[in-house]
Amino acid sequence: MSPPLLGSKKRTPIASALRRAKKGRRAAFIPYITAGDPHLDATPRLVEALEEAGADIVELGVPFSDPMADGPVNQRAAYRALQAGTTLSGILDQLTARRDRIRVPIVLFTYLNPIVAMGVDEFVERAAHAGVAGVLCVDAPPEEIEHDLVAELRRRGIDPIFLLAPTSSRERIKRVAKLASGFVYYVSRLGITGEQAALAPQLISEVKRLRRRVGVPVAVGFGISTAEQVQAVGEVADGVVVGSALVRVVEEGAEAGLSTAEIAERLGARAAELLSNR
Amino acid sequence: MAKPRLSTSYPDERGYFGPYGGRFVAETLMGPIEELERAYRKAQKSRQFRRELEQLLKDYCGRPTPLYHARRLSEELGGAQIYLKREDLLHTGAHKINNALGQALLTRRMGKPRVIAETGAGQHGVATATAAALLGLECVVYMGTEDMERQRLNVYRMRLLGAEVVGVDSGSRTLKDAINEALRDWVTNVETTHYILGSVLGPHPFPAMVRDFHSVIGEEARRQLREQTGRWEPDVAIACVGGGSNSIGLFRAFLDSRKVRLIGVEAGGSGGGLGEHAARFEGGSLGVLQGTRTLVLQDQAGQVAPTASVSAGLDYPAIGPEHVFLYERGRIEFTSADDARAVEAFHRLAHTEGILPALETAHAIAEVLELAPRLGRKQIVLVNLSGRGDKDVESVMAWDRRHGEQAAEDQEDPS
Ligand SMILES: Cc1ncc(COP(=O)(O)O)c(C=O)c1O
Repeated sequence: MSPPLLGSKKRTPIASALRRAKKGRRAAFIPYITAGDPHLDATPRLVEALEEAGADIVELGVPFSDPMADGPVNQRAAYRALQAGTTLSGILDQLTARRDRIRVPIVLFTYLNPIVAMGVDEFVERAAHAGVAGVLCVDAPPEEIEHDLVAELRRRGIDPIFLLAPTSSRERIKRVAKLASGFVYYVSRLGITGEQAALAPQLISEVKRLRRRVGVPVAVGFGISTAEQVQAVGEVADGVVVGSALVRVVEEGAEAGLSTAEIAERLGARAAELLSNR
Repeated sequence: MAKPRLSTSYPDERGYFGPYGGRFVAETLMGPIEELERAYRKAQKSRQFRRELEQLLKDYCGRPTPLYHARRLSEELGGAQIYLKREDLLHTGAHKINNALGQALLTRRMGKPRVIAETGAGQHGVATATAAALLGLECVVYMGTEDMERQRLNVYRMRLLGAEVVGVDSGSRTLKDAINEALRDWVTNVETTHYILGSVLGPHPFPAMVRDFHSVIGEEARRQLREQTGRWEPDVAIACVGGGSNSIGLFRAFLDSRKVRLIGVEAGGSGGGLGEHAARFEGGSLGVLQGTRTLVLQDQAGQVAPTASVSAGLDYPAIGPEHVFLYERGRIEFTSADDARAVEAFHRLAHTEGILPALETAHAIAEVLELAPRLGRKQIVLVNLSGRGDKDVESVMAWDRRHGEQAAEDQEDPS
């Protein structure tokens, strides 16, 4: 039984964005920031700055009290966002209100629990209404969500984004390939989110192999934090995700008491710098 | 077809106890967890593995632990006969080593040189550090900094045993945060490292595996009860419930005997509001935390709530998935004891039986103090004395000083 696909004829916003990048002979640039960091009113402005700097897709983190897949930088971002009262519901309201002004496709990067608390059906309904293009649940492997969350997302034309890792077996890669749409997010190394000095040596060959095995574009993330790394990964991957290196800019701005406009400006400048080797 | 037995028919092959359990971890950990499950299944079937574990539990840890008829306490309470399963007499002073040793042996079979663990009360950390020393494994233990303060003695014990203790300063700085940090270490070092999770929590196969390693508690108690009283079963079995390992270890032997009442005691903390206790059955709701779908203390937006308890080992916002399943099946009842009752029970057991229980265990004793007087003298209450209280002497001293002063002030100023 295959789910009825809204997007089966019409390309999803994510697929279109990746296609545009491909036509331009470049990897898609996919920056990540935490929604509500330092407060929710700042988020649309920061998304806009990333878009202006060349983002093809933006990943928005939903802050969670127990971010077990995240390194210190993203943990602190989640903490700031929660301190500022950010909720999943608030994020969806915010996106709904700005729907017409945000053109870049948004992927929500979240832990499962806030979705469970809201209820899967209500979440998908509201995400669709808010114009969310993709949802990545970091602590929900495909077998746990394929029959409810994933099926609902696809029914509403939202791409379910899955992770694959160096530890994923052949069978697991096959399973993900079957369910994936939009893109697959390849975790560039064992571990949690956060900047790293050097890329894993086998990364390039692993990504090449993976691209042949999964039928959708492959984006690579976790630890990519310099222009050189963005460039190197972009040579082989369809998309490059940069998180902590940008979240750190928001953090420094918040700690220095900068205005949203000032943080947005610095964030955009940092994003542009990351793309400067391309 | 025979009716499924509660004791042996769960979890299903996907790790579910009814709707609870499963595997909610990032993709990076899925491969290693599947490998762990295969290794565990093989070990279970290996006579050599079972024999080695049994031998160590006997010669090194002191199993079987005694079943002790607490006559003075029974007499004082004037009701049921109280039997204590003395896991406090086990090497390292709590039930935790049953599981730590089992998983450490499994680690060696998997060929990994390093283990990590989380700990709240420090008992699981000490047990893991001990097993690691015994088997020559490198050991790192994560512990919330609040717990490091209130369980100082155990921190030093771990260090004496050669383990590195890493303080965790995020979130509420207690058990939950230590688990987050251990999971982060695991996902980073999974090729060399096994995570010895200390309770019936986390992704499948942990809840089933940890339960299996502790099942020896109830199996022994059943035989010992038969020898001492001629009965195979108590009327009531009682245990405290943090994640749920000592309770399921005792209860499993009686799950299929419907006549035995099973009572789990949660931490009532300092009050009934969210954040003041760790009683998941009093305010928890369905959630997904740290690898498993279960009952979680959380706010409406799905953010996990802080918890509070005088005992670090019960101070955790979620509970093992099997416990929720067995509760909904009407098999385990849950109640709670607050901090004051637990400390009172600590003193009571010390005075009447000469036993200092762990503060976690004292919650179970508090329920015994309530229940036993209401039962007949022929009835039997079996209690899991999950650990000893040496580690808590400082905490109780501080509590008594605080409340002693309070009482004195109240007397001086009866306004
Ligand atoms: C002595 C003792 N009893 C009980 C517990 C609670 O854990 P569980 O519910 O897994 O038995 C602990 C945990 O640290 C403990 O040290």
